[in-house]
Amino acid sequence: MYVAVKGGERAIDNAHAWLAEERRGDTDIAELSIDQIREQLALAVNRVMAEGSLYDPDLAALAIKQARGDLIEAIFLIRAYRTTLPRLGHSEPVDTGAMACERRISATFKDLPGGQVLGPTFDYTHRLLDFALAAEGDAAPPAPQAPADDVPKPRVSDFLNREGLIETQPDSDTPPPDLTRAPLEFPAERALRLQSLARGDEGFVLGMAYSTQRGYGRTHAFVGELRMGQVAVEMEIPELGFAIEIGEITLTECETVNQFKGSKTEPAQFTRGYGLVFGHSERKAISMSLVDRALRWQELGEENSGAPAQDEEFVLAHADNIQAMGFLEHIKLPHYVDFQSELELVRKIRAEASQAATPEAAE
Amino acid sequence: MTQAENTEARRNWLGLLATAPGDSLAALCDRLANRPDFDWLRPPEIGSVMVRGRTGGTGAPFNLGEMTVTRCALQLRGSDVVGHGYVQGRDKARAERAALIDALMQTDAAQAVRATVLDPLAAARDQARGARASRAAATRVEFFTMARGED
Repeated sequence: MYVAVKGGERAIDNAHAWLAEERRGDTDIAELSIDQIREQLALAVNRVMAEGSLYDPDLAALAIKQARGDLIEAIFLIRAYRTTLPRLGHSEPVDTGAMACERRISATFKDLPGGQVLGPTFDYTHRLLDFALAAEGDAAPPAPQAPADDVPKPRVSDFLNREGLIETQPDSDTPPPDLTRAPLEFPAERALRLQSLARGDEGFVLGMAYSTQRGYGRTHAFVGELRMGQVAVEMEIPELGFAIEIGEITLTECETVNQFKGSKTEPAQFTRGYGLVFGHSERKAISMSLVDRALRWQELGEENSGAPAQDEEFVLAHADNIQAMGFLEHIKLPHYVDFQSELELVRKIRAEASQAATPEAAE
Repeated sequence: MTQAENTEARRNWLGLLATAPGDSLAALCDRLANRPDFDWLRPPEIGSVMVRGRTGGTGAPFNLGEMTVTRCALQLRGSDVVGHGYVQGRDKARAERAALIDALMQTDAAQAVRATVLDPLAAARDQARGARASRAAATRVEFFTMARGED
């Protein structure tokens, strides 16, 4: 029960003023610019764009600055801003096969056409703190370059598909459901699950994916391919009558190759899980593809082992960190009246208990 | 030029303008000899576009998330030439310049506009893409077989 009360305005104003001061920190230290955050904390910016579900690096950098580096608070700011924008339309589905790959690796084929391209990766670093970064003024030496070739990088699933070894993903003309327009309902089709996972909390999706690896809904996933780079976004413009490129975005895509389906009539085939995320976010893309695959148990005729990662309502209803934090954090706001009634109830129970106990003690 | 070639050419310059950095577009537009007067058909407007992906990269579409886009449309004064601006991000001045360039590219000024604005933008874009592609190429793995199990 909520009861309107007044008061606290001055305290709130002063709290916000202090927050602004704390956000700035020691004024003897140079202030962070939006450009610095966008360029030097790019992976934080990527996460805010992915889970804020709005691709705009400058806005995400501003949100990170305003939120003092609290990424979930920054995501909240982006989600709130997003609701103020008129929707101009939807893009053509992006062609990730035509991605300008900065990174492209496969854990299943060593010599794949187009090669293994490591890109700017933390993999193979020793995870030792680099104290050279603590010293200012040392610009990193330019990265080595090699002649770029235009060798196409076909999808791993495409060449497995040539032998019929992997399931195909049927195309469809039906407009996909949009959970920003209609509330999430169950059972959710795969397109809706993918949208929900793409904006879901990285930590939650990682935990769910990890649970499948540990045996709770195991899917025997290999990373068939992981690619990261720029793709063009095209949109049909009604007044022009044709589609034009309206932007270029960085995406990370993961395709897993998983254990088989097949029957007496159909030969065994590998199955697939899919992850696609705004920005450079491999952990999220791999996690998403594992969870996507685990949620397909019914479609693929697998056993429901009761694993959390197989329960779409459990996964999708708890993947959104803004919904979760909203409900979680609201309990710190005044609940004086709710609590008052609980307090009275406890006092009454205790009083009744002591009354009942007293005559016995007297006997 | 055929209709299809015209459409392809316009698609190309509109795509180039959509991602052109605001400061270099402004600097290049300043070099244009004359900036014609125009009337707004649709003043610059910031909005979002829902970006779609495909399941498994090639299958049924799904909604991935939105991106910010600014659009506008203008008509050159004293003519029926209409220019459209669709640019990534939230910069209204950029959208206006894009629409103006789109309009001018449909006039006699097209050759000069191409040389002054579009060609330098395309060169800068190609150079930036090439620089990233070269860095990526330098991280391509060359495998050496150390020992084989069957030996």
